[in-house]
Amino acid sequence: MSLLELDGVKVHFPVKKGILFDRTVGHVYAVDGISLSVEAGQTYGLVGESGCGKTTLGRAVLRLVDVTDGRVVLDGTDVAQLPEKEMRSFRRRLQMVFQDPLGSLNPRQNIESILSEGMAAHGIGGNREERREKIKEILAKVGLPGNALSRYPHEFSGGQRQRIGIARALVLEPDLIICDEPVSALDVSIQAQVVNLLEELQKSMGLTYLVIAHDLAVVRHISDVIGVMYLGSLVEEAPSDALYEEPRHPYTRALMSAVPVPDPEVEDRRERILLLGDLPSPANPPAGCRFHTRCPWKQDTRCATERPELRDLGGGHRVACHFAAEIASGEITRTSGEVVPAAHEGSGGSGGSEASGAPRASGASGGGAAKGSSSGERASEAPAGT
Amino acid sequence: MPLLDVDELTVTFGGRGRRADRGRDRDRKPTEAAGPTEAAGPAEDTSVRAAGPAGPAEDTSVRAAGPAGPAGGNAVRAVNGVSFSVDEGQVVGLVGESGCGKSVTSLALMGLLPRKGATLGGRADFEGADLLAMGPRRIRDLRGSKLAMIFQDPLSSLNPVVPIGVQVTEILKRHRGMKGEAARKEAAQLLDRVGIPDPDRRLREYPHQLSGGMRQRALIAMAVACAPRLLIADEPTTALDVTIQAQILELLKELVDQEGTALLMITHDLGVVAGLCDQVNVLYAGKVVESSGRRELFAHPTHPYTHGLLGSIPRLDAPRGEPLNPIRGSINDQIAWADGCAFAPRCDRYEMGCLTGTPELTEPREAGHQARCVNPVLATTEVPA
Ligand SMILES: Nc1ncnc2c1ncn2[C@@H]1O[C@H](COP(=O)(O)OP(=O)(O)OP(=O)(O)O)[C@@H](O)[C@H]1O
Ligand code: SF4
Ligand code: SF4
Ligand SMILES: [Mg+2]
Repeated sequence: MSLLELDGVKVHFPVKKGILFDRTVGHVYAVDGISLSVEAGQTYGLVGESGCGKTTLGRAVLRLVDVTDGRVVLDGTDVAQLPEKEMRSFRRRLQMVFQDPLGSLNPRQNIESILSEGMAAHGIGGNREERREKIKEILAKVGLPGNALSRYPHEFSGGQRQRIGIARALVLEPDLIICDEPVSALDVSIQAQVVNLLEELQKSMGLTYLVIAHDLAVVRHISDVIGVMYLGSLVEEAPSDALYEEPRHPYTRALMSAVPVPDPEVEDRRERILLLGDLPSPANPPAGCRFHTRCPWKQDTRCATERPELRDLGGGHRVACHFAAEIASGEITRTSGEVVPAAHEGSGGSGGSEASGAPRASGASGGGAAKGSSSGERASEAPAGT
Repeated sequence: MPLLDVDELTVTFGGRGRRADRGRDRDRKPTEAAGPTEAAGPAEDTSVRAAGPAGPAEDTSVRAAGPAGPAGGNAVRAVNGVSFSVDEGQVVGLVGESGCGKSVTSLALMGLLPRKGATLGGRADFEGADLLAMGPRRIRDLRGSKLAMIFQDPLSSLNPVVPIGVQVTEILKRHRGMKGEAARKEAAQLLDRVGIPDPDRRLREYPHQLSGGMRQRALIAMAVACAPRLLIADEPTTALDVTIQAQILELLKELVDQEGTALLMITHDLGVVAGLCDQVNVLYAGKVVESSGRRELFAHPTHPYTHGLLGSIPRLDAPRGEPLNPIRGSINDQIAWADGCAFAPRCDRYEMGCLTGTPELTEPREAGHQARCVNPVLATTEVPA
């Protein structure tokens, strides 16, 4: 049995209007029927763009928002059904690490008080002295010195504050740690420190993570399994490597093709599938496949009318697209969506301006002449990333 | 002659009784750092710092001086002698992590720093005239005509209570002398040009009615309304989703290719730089530490900071399972440039010579590839992925 199982979880927020009477005029379908499971000792990464509902899903697991429908089962217990009193002690088993380390730490509490608060509430760690020992041990694990105990959050750098946030979760010995954008507020060099720390802790302590993030490269790096969300639903789920090697859902393909890689050689060849338009509002999601308004492979049948279920294509690869098989085999080709062949030639010269060596290349080689190849080739062959 | 030639730009905030005297104080002597004074900014205790198991935690013998170099008194030297140039139609990147001085550099060039409290030094010649020495009226005229800028947060640069259409036509009226219906038509065409669907309707809408991506497009439309020679973009896609980022980057490329606009791209994202910039300048603690054409820079990162940055980034196309190679410590572990290399407390190639004054920019690998380091990474080994 998996440590965490979500079964058809929905979170709908009512949209209210009116001054005297709160009249519900609609719903925001933030999470709209998600089923997934997280195995003990593993990392499940949830990716998606802003507003796709990933944070709401994390909060639903913690029961920080009410689940409209569906079940959230941790280690055999349905979290959504627990009476409030039992939930209070159950919360210890589910901890969260937040995006903004400073905003989530009380500035007036010193580190010892921040870390011991939860322990005292849950009766962990015996007396004050024993608790202090335990806190010191955890601080060492997250790479903070023992003398951090008497300091305050503002005395630490962003990366260190995130270590404090992680320590605060760890002292409660949770079964599952939900990390919501754990590194996105940090500089790249600090991100890497925190990512490595999360991985080391997982190895040494056998932790289970649900990592929620928008950065596909970070998520792929730390996750065993990745779920891709779009407008409240899971559109694809696969082991991390399989998802990268063979993204099967059109949205996943577009998403992966959009991530810039810090390597000009790759960048110049990387084909980008440019999606048309913006994300529809989750208050008014499109009928049928929620991605059909932007899907470059959209078909006239089914896509606009029938909502695709997540189907297992084997090897733990689940995809919610009516035409995943046909798209993979090339039977169906793209009907819209621009593909950019990414032939960026810099300043007009065939080898790019840097071939000339001088950093202050002569003004004459300006790229004004190179007409944009980017504006429209609607190529019909299969996109990159497959 | 380059379109924009920035030479030893310095920006100092605060300090004793200094004030911005743009344009009058031409002979400012390069204000030297006045000894080991404390810099303003979040005071950090060195003992708590640089302790992560992630980076080899060791006690560097180098004293840290807080963010941005000290500049005497309680002044903060946010930009500390930055030089680079932008050619006609070229895309030049300024990359670095938070607090390295990228935004302050762009604000200084645009004449948008507060006149009180910010002291400028050096030169920034745009078409031969020094932007730093220009009076407020002259630089305002230049802004929105030959010089334009877009920001990370488009909402803050749009007027929330004025319809988009009015804001765009306003620019056309002011800078291109257009009127009434002609201006409105041109505005609609501009929105269409930057990929805003249904431009006539959008012109009547207010900024908050547009999505983040649409707002950034509207801002780009306003920026290109007068066919600027140079567009400065400060983290233009950082607040956007990655699929929208791809659209905006494509739009910027098109502008450069088709209109010949030069682009100064300010970003922390080396991925964005790799695909977009002809020339890349890496900033650390207010100074350019490495500068090169993009292919050479990414193939042979020579400054240990650049090298470390590239090792820190998880790549979507890299094999999984290897730990990342972070740079240890944080931006707070810094020494004053006047005393040595500001990166020394975080550098694993540090040697005694690193602490005898500011390292010079040299070309240790090949002509045109500059690095500010006494012990640069020269091996042609691949970048740690
Ligand atoms: N008005 C100001 N007064 C005093 N210090 C300032 C001011 N504006 C910026 N600074 C300081 O200048 C330094 C550089 O700031 P800047 O905003 O240019 O960094 P950045 O590289 O753009 O960072 P980010 O990526 O976070 O935007 C920082 O140490 C910052 O605290
Ligand atoms: S079901 Fe149709 S619209 Fe949805 S992703 Fe598949 S092809 Fe595209
Ligand atoms: S000068 Fe020295 S400390 Fe600075 S980057 Fe080079 S090797 Fe490292
Ligand atoms: Mg900035």
